[in-house]
Amino acid sequence: MSATREDVGGTPLPPGWAQPAHQPDAFEISTTTFEQRATETMARPFARRAIANATDHAAALTTARFVGIDHDALRDKARQIRAHAIANLPDYLDQWIDAAEAHGTIVHYAADESEARRIVAQICRDEAVTRVVKSKSMASEEVSLNSALEAIGIDIYETDLGEFVVQAMGDRPGHVIAPILHRTKDEVHALFSTMAGRELPNEAEALTAFARDRLRHAFLTADAGISGGNFLIAETGEVLLVTNEGNGRLTTALPKIHIALVGIEKIVPRRRDLAVLLPLLTGHGTGQQITTYVTMVAGPRREQEPDGPERMHVVLLDAGRSALLGGEFEEALHCIRCGACQNVCPVYRQVGGHAYGWVYGGPIGAVLTPLFRGQVEGGELAHATTLCGACDDVCPVKIPLHDLLLGLRRRRDEEGCVPRSEQLAFALWGQVWSRPLLYRASTAVARGSLRVIARDGVLSAKAPLLRRWTAGRDLVVGRRRS
Amino acid sequence: MTDDAGVSTAVQLFPTCLGDVLARQTVDDTERVLTALGISHSRPSGTTCCGQPAFNSGHDHPARAVAKATLRALDDGSDEPILVPSGSCTSMVRLHWRELFHGTPEAEGALRVARRVRELSSYLAEHTEALRALKPTLAVRVGYHDSCHMLRELRIKEAPRQVLATIAGVELIELASSERCCGFGGTFSGRYPEVSVAMADAKIDDLEFAKIDVLVSSDPGCLMQLAGRMSRQETPVRAVHLATLLCEALA
Ligand code: SF4
Repeated sequence: MSATREDVGGTPLPPGWAQPAHQPDAFEISTTTFEQRATETMARPFARRAIANATDHAAALTTARFVGIDHDALRDKARQIRAHAIANLPDYLDQWIDAAEAHGTIVHYAADESEARRIVAQICRDEAVTRVVKSKSMASEEVSLNSALEAIGIDIYETDLGEFVVQAMGDRPGHVIAPILHRTKDEVHALFSTMAGRELPNEAEALTAFARDRLRHAFLTADAGISGGNFLIAETGEVLLVTNEGNGRLTTALPKIHIALVGIEKIVPRRRDLAVLLPLLTGHGTGQQITTYVTMVAGPRREQEPDGPERMHVVLLDAGRSALLGGEFEEALHCIRCGACQNVCPVYRQVGGHAYGWVYGGPIGAVLTPLFRGQVEGGELAHATTLCGACDDVCPVKIPLHDLLLGLRRRRDEEGCVPRSEQLAFALWGQVWSRPLLYRASTAVARGSLRVIARDGVLSAKAPLLRRWTAGRDLVVGRRRS
Repeated sequence: MTDDAGVSTAVQLFPTCLGDVLARQTVDDTERVLTALGISHSRPSGTTCCGQPAFNSGHDHPARAVAKATLRALDDGSDEPILVPSGSCTSMVRLHWRELFHGTPEAEGALRVARRVRELSSYLAEHTEALRALKPTLAVRVGYHDSCHMLRELRIKEAPRQVLATIAGVELIELASSERCCGFGGTFSGRYPEVSVAMADAKIDDLEFAKIDVLVSSDPGCLMQLAGRMSRQETPVRAVHLATLLCEALA
């Protein structure tokens, strides 16, 4: 063979093009607060505007997508399908494994994040993999896969355009569907121009063309493709992927090894269930009737087939999922990661995904982070919402996010994770306000003091006990008209 | 007491804790409106708070203790409607007391009271003819803020607008952000003040805001948040409770 693997077409990226991925570790999540992290995003006005615009736009697309459709009935069906699948998860998983193995897929089970990293690393070693192309996978974010593989000397190329930007910047995805929702086109333009070593036209087509050219080379030279999976179809043993850029198809078909890392909760019983779930996933994710590509992969290439990988591995990721089965928070497993709850969340709209500290932001992030990472790391997030209920109303599989958040707040109290000062304050409050006489006395005192410290019926700043409240707002006490 | 149409004309009023401390005007104005309508009203003695601040913070124990005092005061054997000038507190009593008192000796009483509580605007919306007969008049451009609990828990959206429509001279301008949370969220507003304020701004920065004179809502919590931010920003828009606007229109 005369051609080396480097002159296959496309332009290779120079070494060091990607910044080391910043994966927040347990220490970091538990030593910074939501407030601190939120302030970081809020201090960047561009990011704030980008997030607000993008989420408003996405939410509007979703609404428009389901006009004239009995959306609620569809969501009810989807809820039933998900509830049934999760209630029978072990059985459907067995069925899926049997069917997948019959296709020649090699199935692995990762109980936790470190096991997932170990399994994928071992596959790479066994298969002598040195270069990997990846399509978007939140599961791989959960297990910090990239840094683990980089550590053993593997070159990784994120091939989803957004993830490519994330990787080049050493950033983290800020949204489950749109990883660079917190970035502006100008930022991407500046980044790509630096990478290209020349000023690129600041137009979407030119920027995409640049990424495509660089990624083409990566695709053609990679030994393995790593993907996630949107659904696992129990009856057929297939992994289903939805993408819009075609990179999912290339990742799963071009390199000689395909590895899919998929959360075990992605199981659905039958192909026909997708008639309900797929339009909801895409409609709530991007407002599309269907994504440009829907890829169903069942095993490696068979003899008569012209393409496909020589071997296909699926790593089923548990990492906190099976512990939720049968419990108060089981419904969190119904999630199909459409991102719609993030798009309508008024808190997410201000602070973006990174404020939530780990992989998932918005309402579902506030639920999953404490469940998957524990109270110490993620418990506070259950409070980082106003319980406005917008997420409940949009969720395509009708997860009662509001109730789950409230349940997590309760569990935090039961497990003694609430600061002592808060415990005491509520205990005292309970003592006083459960007695009507004391209540009357206390409200009279409150009214009296407010009147004394207020000026013109307004309490403006630095009032004792109210400092946090009045830092950015007045307390309008008002005067009663008689 | 019921009138000819079978609508109850004697009601009780649960002021709520905000109504006892910061939003007394709202309670006064509610009473004035009821008086003008010829609806006899009383305030049961001994009510405190519905327990929501603790309940929504995950502290069921103190929430139950406090709500129990209010439950005792409200569960007086009558079946008169209990009007609440707050969507959020109505939602707490109507929908969440069931859960809060589940398995306790108060469970039945909680259900009885839950059946009687009525959010003020939804009650007034049943009296629009009587309201119109009083010829309420006020020339103002109004924006309405749908509070989250009223909208997404009680599913009340039209009632306050129907009440506003009884006022001659009111021009209702629908805000693009009318359904977006104001950022109050009870204890959230104190836990994360900066985020909370930014959320209030997201409402106030709504373009339509320039077109209104008054922002009306049916929830003292949201009003405390929005009026507070607007006062700090010197936004030339007043934020008032529906009962207050109605009262002004009847004056
Ligand atoms: S919780 Fe519901 S809305 Fe949010 S990502 Fe999951 S499926 Fe979508």
